[in-house]
Amino acid sequence: MKFIDEYRDGIASNKFREAIERITTREWTLMEVCGGQTHSIVKFGIDELLPDKITLVHGPGCPVCVTPLELIDKAIMIASGPKAIFCSFGDMLRVPGSEMDLLMVKANGGDVRIVYSPLDAVRIARENPDKEVVFFAVGFETTAPANAMAVHQAKQLGVKNFSILVSHVLVPPAIEAVLSSPQNRVQAFLAAGHVCTVMGYTEYEPIAKKYNVPIVVTGFEPVDILQGIYMCVKQLEEGRCEVENQYARSVRKEGNLPAQQLVQEVFRIVPRKWRGVGEIPESGLALTEAYDEFDAEKRFAVAAYTAEEPAECISGLILQGIKKPNECTAFGTRCTPEHPFGATMVSNEGACAAYYRYRRHLAKNKAA
Amino acid sequence: MCLAVPGKLVSIEGSDPTFRTGRVNFGGIVKDINLSYVREAKVGDYVLVHVGFALTIVDEEEAAKVFTYLKEMDELAELTEGFA
Ligand code: SF4
Repeated sequence: MKFIDEYRDGIASNKFREAIERITTREWTLMEVCGGQTHSIVKFGIDELLPDKITLVHGPGCPVCVTPLELIDKAIMIASGPKAIFCSFGDMLRVPGSEMDLLMVKANGGDVRIVYSPLDAVRIARENPDKEVVFFAVGFETTAPANAMAVHQAKQLGVKNFSILVSHVLVPPAIEAVLSSPQNRVQAFLAAGHVCTVMGYTEYEPIAKKYNVPIVVTGFEPVDILQGIYMCVKQLEEGRCEVENQYARSVRKEGNLPAQQLVQEVFRIVPRKWRGVGEIPESGLALTEAYDEFDAEKRFAVAAYTAEEPAECISGLILQGIKKPNECTAFGTRCTPEHPFGATMVSNEGACAAYYRYRRHLAKNKAA
Repeated sequence: MCLAVPGKLVSIEGSDPTFRTGRVNFGGIVKDINLSYVREAKVGDYVLVHVGFALTIVDEEEAAKVFTYLKEMDELAELTEGFA
């Protein structure tokens, strides 16, 4: 496919790899923020191609992974209701809640549906006026415009039986949380290309300055990622800390203004809990007052519920780049995609699942 | 989750910005996609699509620059190696 195949070209990838090798003189640790990039890196073996001096750590950029346990429990409570049709992207169905997951609700007769777009959920609501249709609105800035438009359309069309369970998170506060941790070892970031397609990249400039880190907005194909790494290493070697844009075919500096406008109308910035990480100030989105009637937490009276996460899973440390999946004692043995302990093992874009698929040989105590 | 895929816009329907849609071809699979966020998109453009929404028009000129960059880098390396 055009704009995909050429960025998987082996010769181009190899040239970037050689170039990285040529300019690297010291040890550097880079973080790719987005789970989509983690998946590409592990799938195409990019981390294994790089010179030994370069370490890639995997960031918190998988919204499925960071959705807090209590929100999964809330989704399960809502989905179990007799009148509910609960709509979600497919990868949320297997994320373990305190006692079960959404797939089990479905197996027990609950009406849980996988949809491609939040607009599908609005359509389902119009087709089922005697039901309560709820959409699980997870995601980063990339997905926020879609979810904002779903609510906006529902309001314009006067759809009363539609609401969303919001668990939106934002990238820049997560980067700051990683950088301000005393255990931080990340020296440069590959910023998430699709998040920046919506938001642009001016909001990364103060972060690059304050923490002295290069930030390169990067795409998702191997050639993109290798170029992004090259640009990061070049800055590090030259002692520069700038925001650069590798993914210019999609990302403009100011981002997508109409999308930002609607997101601002529908959502407001709030503190959010991140699974494994804890609460980060100003790190998420919730509905504004004008769209309050679409808030599923209020409609189903689950807002006050809280739950604590099990201690055994170290996904929080993995999401902050402090540990790698194979350093978890449960990895690949007791914790597998069939029996995930933590969300990083559930989602395709979670670091644990990516390692399980492509790096299983690294499991510490492999089951015989 | 943040997966977004480029596809070719083959037709456009509607004019109300909230409901404007287009048919987008992804290597043979055609889907109806919301176009509210790419108001300037024309038939024939490649758009980057995420969960049913076009988020941007893929810039063909910028797309080629990755490979120009590569070529320039290559020539530079040959030059410096020549002097080494
Ligand atoms: S391997 Fe499983 S238990 Fe260990 S950190 Fe990953 S998700 Fe958690």
